[in-house]
Amino acid sequence: MTAIEKAGVKARIPQIFGSLHKFTYVEAVLWLVRISVVAVVILGTIGTLIKGTYSSSQWFAFFTFGLTIGGVYALIALGYTMVYGILRLINFAHGDITMTGAFSAFFLARSFDRSGFLDAYPVTSMVAIMLLSMAVCTVTALVVERICYRPFRHVASLAPLICAIGASFVIQHTFRGMFGNTVRSYPDPEWMKGTIELAGFSIAIVQLIVFGMAITAMLVLYLIVQKTKMGTAMRAVSEDRDAAALMGIDSNKVIIFTFVLGACMAGIGGVLYCFVYKQIYFFSGFLPGIKAFSAAVLGGIGNIPGAMLGGVFLGIVESMGPPLFLDGIGIPAPYQLRDLIAFTMLVLVLVFRPQGLLGEALAKKRA
Amino acid sequence: MSFDVVASSRIEQRQITPWRYIAQTGVQIGLLGIFLGVVGILGMFNKRPIIVGELTLGYATLGLVFLVAGILVGSRRLFASIPQTLLAGLVAGTIAATVFALLPIAMSLISLRSIFVSLDPTLYEMLTFGYRAPVGIGQIICLGAVLGLLGAALTELPRSVRRPISGGLVAAALAGLFQELLRPILANSKVSKPLHDLLYTWGGLTLRGAITIFAVTAIAITVYDLSRDRFNAKFQSLPSPNRRRIRWGFLAAAIFLCLLFPLYAGHFIGQVLLTVGLFTLMGMGLNLEVGIAGLLDLGFVAFYAVGAYVTGLLMADSPFALAHMSFWEAMPIAVLCSVVMGVIFGIPVLKVRGDYLAVATMGLGEIVRVIVLSDAAAPLLGGAKGILQIPRPVIGDFHLNNPVLLFYLTLVASLVAAYAAWRLEESRLGRAWKAIRDDEDVAQALGINLIQVKLLAYGLGAAFAGLAGSIFAVMLGSIYPHSFQLIISINILALIIVGGLGSLPGVALGAIVLIGLPEMLREFGEFRYLFYGLAIVAVMRLKPEGLWPSASKKRELRIDAETLAVQQGAATADAKTT
Repeated sequence: MTAIEKAGVKARIPQIFGSLHKFTYVEAVLWLVRISVVAVVILGTIGTLIKGTYSSSQWFAFFTFGLTIGGVYALIALGYTMVYGILRLINFAHGDITMTGAFSAFFLARSFDRSGFLDAYPVTSMVAIMLLSMAVCTVTALVVERICYRPFRHVASLAPLICAIGASFVIQHTFRGMFGNTVRSYPDPEWMKGTIELAGFSIAIVQLIVFGMAITAMLVLYLIVQKTKMGTAMRAVSEDRDAAALMGIDSNKVIIFTFVLGACMAGIGGVLYCFVYKQIYFFSGFLPGIKAFSAAVLGGIGNIPGAMLGGVFLGIVESMGPPLFLDGIGIPAPYQLRDLIAFTMLVLVLVFRPQGLLGEALAKKRA
Repeated sequence: MSFDVVASSRIEQRQITPWRYIAQTGVQIGLLGIFLGVVGILGMFNKRPIIVGELTLGYATLGLVFLVAGILVGSRRLFASIPQTLLAGLVAGTIAATVFALLPIAMSLISLRSIFVSLDPTLYEMLTFGYRAPVGIGQIICLGAVLGLLGAALTELPRSVRRPISGGLVAAALAGLFQELLRPILANSKVSKPLHDLLYTWGGLTLRGAITIFAVTAIAITVYDLSRDRFNAKFQSLPSPNRRRIRWGFLAAAIFLCLLFPLYAGHFIGQVLLTVGLFTLMGMGLNLEVGIAGLLDLGFVAFYAVGAYVTGLLMADSPFALAHMSFWEAMPIAVLCSVVMGVIFGIPVLKVRGDYLAVATMGLGEIVRVIVLSDAAAPLLGGAKGILQIPRPVIGDFHLNNPVLLFYLTLVASLVAAYAAWRLEESRLGRAWKAIRDDEDVAQALGINLIQVKLLAYGLGAAFAGLAGSIFAVMLGSIYPHSFQLIISINILALIIVGGLGSLPGVALGAIVLIGLPEMLREFGEFRYLFYGLAIVAVMRLKPEGLWPSASKKRELRIDAETLAVQQGAATADAKTT
């Protein structure tokens, strides 16, 4: 690895010199983009701080909300990043797979809520809801893998991506057909309401629960990947599939295991997402999906800690960004532009730092 | 980048016994049936009659599903003897129907309606044919067995018999399905009124009509099949100038008929054709980017939006208007703005390739939509309320104020655009695009200026979308940000993939199949995106070159197949020698 890095640095030096005397208009535009983004961030921050629209407890609320939703993004992002690590493939349907679990679990949660079980036995009912969601996500993910990805496994082309777009449509509209196109409101049990006072700041209980569960799930995943035999096999396959096959690793099994693991994380993430926003419908998977993908790219796609970090980072920037950057430069209703921040970060990372915060360089040849 | 799919070798080569295959097919088909029921397609289709009082689209679909079980088993050629094949079809159909019967059984035992919205009593009544559960379910299984048998029998029939039968069935089904469309056309004129009375009643296609259509189509196909060889031989023996003249004559006649058709068919068809035309225009633009230059773009809708908004801002009678131009002045400016937008999109994503390009362009497209929708841009673009009161185009004193006239406008635009796209593809630039599609690094080594060529692909592709957006703005008379969702980009991508990447007639065919058909079957609108998704996956899996592949694509595929065959031959030869 170090040898490769060294070679990379050596190769970059002439590149830097080369770009100096070949300063094209494309470079100029890219620099313009860089400068304007930095300018918006700095000017906006200064403007907001001078105006002082928000109190420190409001900033803390933005931060904790960002942390919470970031934990959820991180969980979903793990599915993207693990599949990419193994197959070098963007599982475009992952957001919708997330939705399938959360939507199916909604019916269990609703019946628990109506019978009073959810209030009486919070832990048992949450575990049951999570398990159902994970099971449904796993089944969907395996079906998608079997139909859309496996036939193209040995072909380097755009076919699996296009197939995945198709699959995401099929999943969305299957669920629309099955469960209707109304927005369903997720149950809101008593023990999730309210806030806790902590060193002068108040934190919503639902945020504590969601963030705690997200962290627990990520820890379990980390242990599975690092300590178990299957996890080791997974890492081996993502390093070099042919060499792993020579060592007697059944790559097919590993790929299925990866999809199952990603789907389980998505199942948990989807339910948590719904407990934060309290609603679900058939198109709910798109936004968390695309944001989790941004998070995976941000952290460095293929890199598991990177996805966790990227998710949390994206969540915080998305939550604090609009009031911090946009309010200061006088944009009305900055919260409407929350999604803009996620998409802008996605594009900026893809263009300027495709290897992400801590990732390997993107496989440029995969086109 | 290559879209050619070689069936994956290592995993699929598992030997299974014939009977296991039959059981597997049966179970899969049964699950497909359950899927159709649970999603609500069967229930929705059951409301649409094909033959009045005899057959609904729902039952036809269910029957088709079981028939497919037999066809799949039969066409696999699992057994040498005919009775065994028929038995296989029978078994597959029975298994499929038995699996499917689990749905009505479950519905009779527990109420699933509180979860699955479409499992209502009407569906139950349909699935049990109105009888009590055991009788109805027995009927379903019998139906499955018979249709499985028929499906297998169909595969055993010689081609000369099979083609007329299937053609006749399809024609009768189409006549029943599109009766709302065909009936007014037939009933309007005195010449075709008797024909209308023969085939249809006020409720739809009659049994007599269905049999007539079946018979006429079957006979026509038989006659055509029998005489085709003779005609071909005669046609080939003609001197080449004559042949060309006949070909052009046919083409001109076909175009002339197409031109007259919307005038005769009324406003509804005009509206459908107009939408198809707009999507064809955009499809041709995206085709330049994806099909020829290999730059996957999911933010294409942004260019469409720019075209529409610029036209709106320059023409509208609203407070947001910047000017009050005529359509003919506003359109070129709108197209130009789209080109600029295309180049602006292109610059940042120049370095991004493949899958990442798709995601980056999707991000850019969404950024445009979020900005247009936000309050921040509302003073300029109208926010969620959009821009209203855009006047219709005018030629002299003549107002293009109905869908049919606007369709002719779109048609002219499409023809110009198609000519431009065709010339571009054959030009030096087009060859450069194909080169970067096949291998960017090699193309650069050959002296192609990647930056220039890619930006041209984005800019020129965007021009087509801008033109479509411009027409869209005057068609609706008002524009809202909600008209420019990601789904439009995916629609266009889907239609060029289904039609055949890189093929101009494919774009038109894709637009007709994916945009026109669902527009005409409005009541099934909810399922059109399900149908899209299935169509994309099916085309990628089964026919990756599309429905109407371009000539060069066909050639490439043939070469690939030959190379593959040679490689496999070499591999087996190697295996033999070692």
